[in-house]
Formats: sequence, C-alpha cells, structure tokens
Amino acid sequence: MSDKRFLSGDEAFAEGIRLARPQVISAYPITPQTIVVEELASMVERQSLKSEFIHVESEHSALSCAIGASSVGARTFTATSSQGLLYMAECLPYAAGGRFPIVMMNANRSTALPWNIYGDQRDSISQLDSGWIQIYVEDAQEALDMALQSYYIAEHKGVSVPVMVNLDGFILTHTYEAVEIPSIEEADAFLPPYVTDNKMDLEQPKNMAFTVGPNLNMEFHIKHHEAMLTALDVLNESDQRYGKVVGRRYGGAIGTYHTEDAEYVLITLGSITGMARNVVDDLRASGVKAGLIKLRMVRPFPGDQIVKALGLAKAVGTLEKDISFGAEGTIYTNVNSAFLKNKRVIPSYNFIGGLGGRDITKEQLTECFYKLREQKEAEPIQYIGLAIKEG
Amino acid sequence: MKQVKLIEYEEPKTWADIPWATCSEAGILITKNAGWRNERPVIDPKKCIGCGQCYLYCPDGVISFAEGEVSIDYDFCKGCGICSGICRRGAIRMEEER
Repeated sequence: MSDKRFLSGDEAFAEGIRLARPQVISAYPITPQTIVVEELASMVERQSLKSEFIHVESEHSALSCAIGASSVGARTFTATSSQGLLYMAECLPYAAGGRFPIVMMNANRSTALPWNIYGDQRDSISQLDSGWIQIYVEDAQEALDMALQSYYIAEHKGVSVPVMVNLDGFILTHTYEAVEIPSIEEADAFLPPYVTDNKMDLEQPKNMAFTVGPNLNMEFHIKHHEAMLTALDVLNESDQRYGKVVGRRYGGAIGTYHTEDAEYVLITLGSITGMARNVVDDLRASGVKAGLIKLRMVRPFPGDQIVKALGLAKAVGTLEKDISFGAEGTIYTNVNSAFLKNKRVIPSYNFIGGLGGRDITKEQLTECFYKLREQKEAEPIQYIGLAIKEG
Repeated sequence: MKQVKLIEYEEPKTWADIPWATCSEAGILITKNAGWRNERPVIDPKKCIGCGQCYLYCPDGVISFAEGEVSIDYDFCKGCGICSGICRRGAIRMEEER
C-alpha cells in the first residue's frame, strides 16, 4: 500500500531513491540540494536504507566515487547543484562515455557571477553535451516517480547511460505538497536489480575505461549517441510499466496540454509548467486557443515529437530560464532546429526569464501568449520581467 | 608472479565488434611499446640470486620471475634503469641499444 505524506521536492526525491535501493551513495552538500543528502544520510543511519553512504570532500570526488562504485556493478546515486555540477563537469563525460548508469539529482540553481543561490536552469543546460540523459520534473510527485524511473531508464540494456534529474531550486526543492509514496513491494516489482557485464570482475577480468585512438574513437561516440536516442522509447516503456505497477503515468519525453487544436503554443520545462497550464485554462475561457508542451526530457531531444504535437499551430514560444550568452536560449536553438529538420515553417519566439531566481508571474505568461497572437514584436528573443525598462 | 598471457588483437570489422562500453576482455595486446629505449637492462644469471627486488621495483611491470629465474619483457621495457640501480648484487647492467 502506498503512503501519502507532505514533502518538499528534495524529500520526495530522497524517498524515490530509497525505494530504488542504491548500494552506494556519494554526495557533497550544496544549497538547494542539501536536504536530499541529509535525508539519505539519516535513512542510512536509521537503517531504513541499506547503502554505503560515502562522505566525500568535493563534487568532483562525489561523481568520481560514483563512477568507481558503478564500475564494480553497484547501483549508485549522487546529487548536486550549480557550481557543484560545474566542479564535477570533468567527470560527467567519464561517467557517460564509460556507460555507467549513475542517477544524479541536480537542483537547478544559477551559476556565478553575479553570485546567487536561487533557481535558474543555466547549470544543467550548460552540460547538455556531456552525454547524460537530462530529465526535468514539474512537481514533488513527479520528482519521486522519476527518481525511481531514472534507474529503469539508465540501467536498461539498450541505454546504459547516466541520468540527471533536474528540480527547480527552491521553487521545487523547498516547497511542500502532498506526495504519494509507493510501497517498497511496488518499487521492487517495478525496478529489477542492476545486472551488467560492464564491471570489474575477478572471474572475468576486464580492461575498464580504456583509451581509444583516432582510428576507432568516433565509433564509440556514435554507439553512445544511438543508445541515448533509444532512451526516448525506453522512457515510454518505463512510464507504461510504472503506470501498471504504481498507477501513475506521465507520458513520454513531452507532455501536451490542449495542443490538439491550439493556435498558440508555449514550450516549458520544469516547475513553471503548472502555472502555464492555469494560464492556458484562463485563455481558453476567454476564447484564445492556447496550448502547452512540457519538455520532460531535453537529452535525448524529442524534436520530432514537438513538431508533431504542434499540429497546425500559428506560433510557438519557448520559455526558458537559460541564456547562451551571445546567442539565445539553448532550448530555443534546439526547438528551431527541429522545425527546420521537419520542414515546418512557424513563427518562433524565445521568452527568457527567471534568471537568478527572478519570479515569473501569471500575468507575464499570459502576455507571452498575447505576443504570440499579435506578433507585433520584430525581435524574436524577449526577456520576461526585467526590473529596469529601457529609457 | 607470472606475466598475464596476452591475447592477439584483431581489428574490429563490424559495428558489433566495437564494444558497447569502454570495457573489454582483459589481456588483449594492442601495441608494443618500447621504442624510446636508449639502454637495455641485461641480467647476469651467475650473479642473480632471485631476490625479486627488480621485479618489485620495475615501474612498468615488465620483469617476471618464476622458479627463481628472472626475465625481462623487452617489448615493453622503457630502459629506465631502476632495476639496475636497485640490484644489490650488481647482476643487472645497462647496455647501449644499437
């Protein structure tokens, strides 16, 4: 029987990890991720989770340690945020290229300078090319469910790639909601034990994490890339299986809301999605055919799915808490590339907001839809909620 | 104390031959590596008492000894001379490579 409790996003994620029974946890605390590490440490202390909890001196060590544990066949977990993610950046492609199915929670937080501990998504988006699967969740319930499902996806034979699950800092990590926690029996029925031959083994000695020269190096990366693409289907498979066992489903790499007949569609990722759904409801009530696409997975990128979901829409806006300095929002770049590849011509706007924890209001989201409808602005890249206007 | 038996390396021909992860069976010999050696250590079996110090100190693991007999794998010896320096019996001399 499942249990219902009042939990923050961080606490819910820790509950999901407990249910996945990782054999090794190595992590270093950083705001706003700290609660996950504290929760898991006390679960190990209270013996509600049987796991080696390894205290490390940095994030670089946290992921190095997880790679080591994974290379002997252990299910492993780590968590970080912002500068911590950047500090472990050297190890990210080691874990991914070594095909170690580690699961990591990242609390999305702004990166310095200017120094700031509040939420935006520039930390994880800066690491899109590291070879990790990237999932973004909307609320604490989805955080718990994806903590558990991430192991299914990461450890799937056709995938074997580490997964990073992203929670918006504070907005999601520190706010509380009622969360249903599956029973350990349900979790065990959903998630099989981790079995791999990509491990050090005294019976079958292996040459692990080796060098490959220019003659064959590219082939290894293509295999990794193809395994990543497989994760789009494996997410669907995981969702169906989870639905059967636990009774909750989210769909695949994108979630759609009223897109079937929508004229103006907003693309979101993370916690802002909930409010965007309310805005779509209000607009629909006043006769505006608004729609919403929630990106659940950013790597692999579900570009074809986005184009298909858009249907006959007249304009699309990509809302993101990210900017690639000197270019545009990175999600926007990815979305536009998908349009071009699918020969879909559509006015496409980029709404950049929420940097350094700046609040995004319901009114501002409504304004985004009106901008898509009017299309008066020549500039496709728009900033939401600037404190100081020009002039 | 024995050297690992090496397996001959075969170039991958199909995609299936490429390992799915950066891991493969251990002990596959892909290249030999000793080209930069200027001097080679040579063991005098009359002076050698089989103490194993050279085996323990060799940074490249190319010295093996079985049943008291010491041998050097010249396919991988870089000629650093540590074995010659550590040998208390003076049983290993460095000879110039030609």
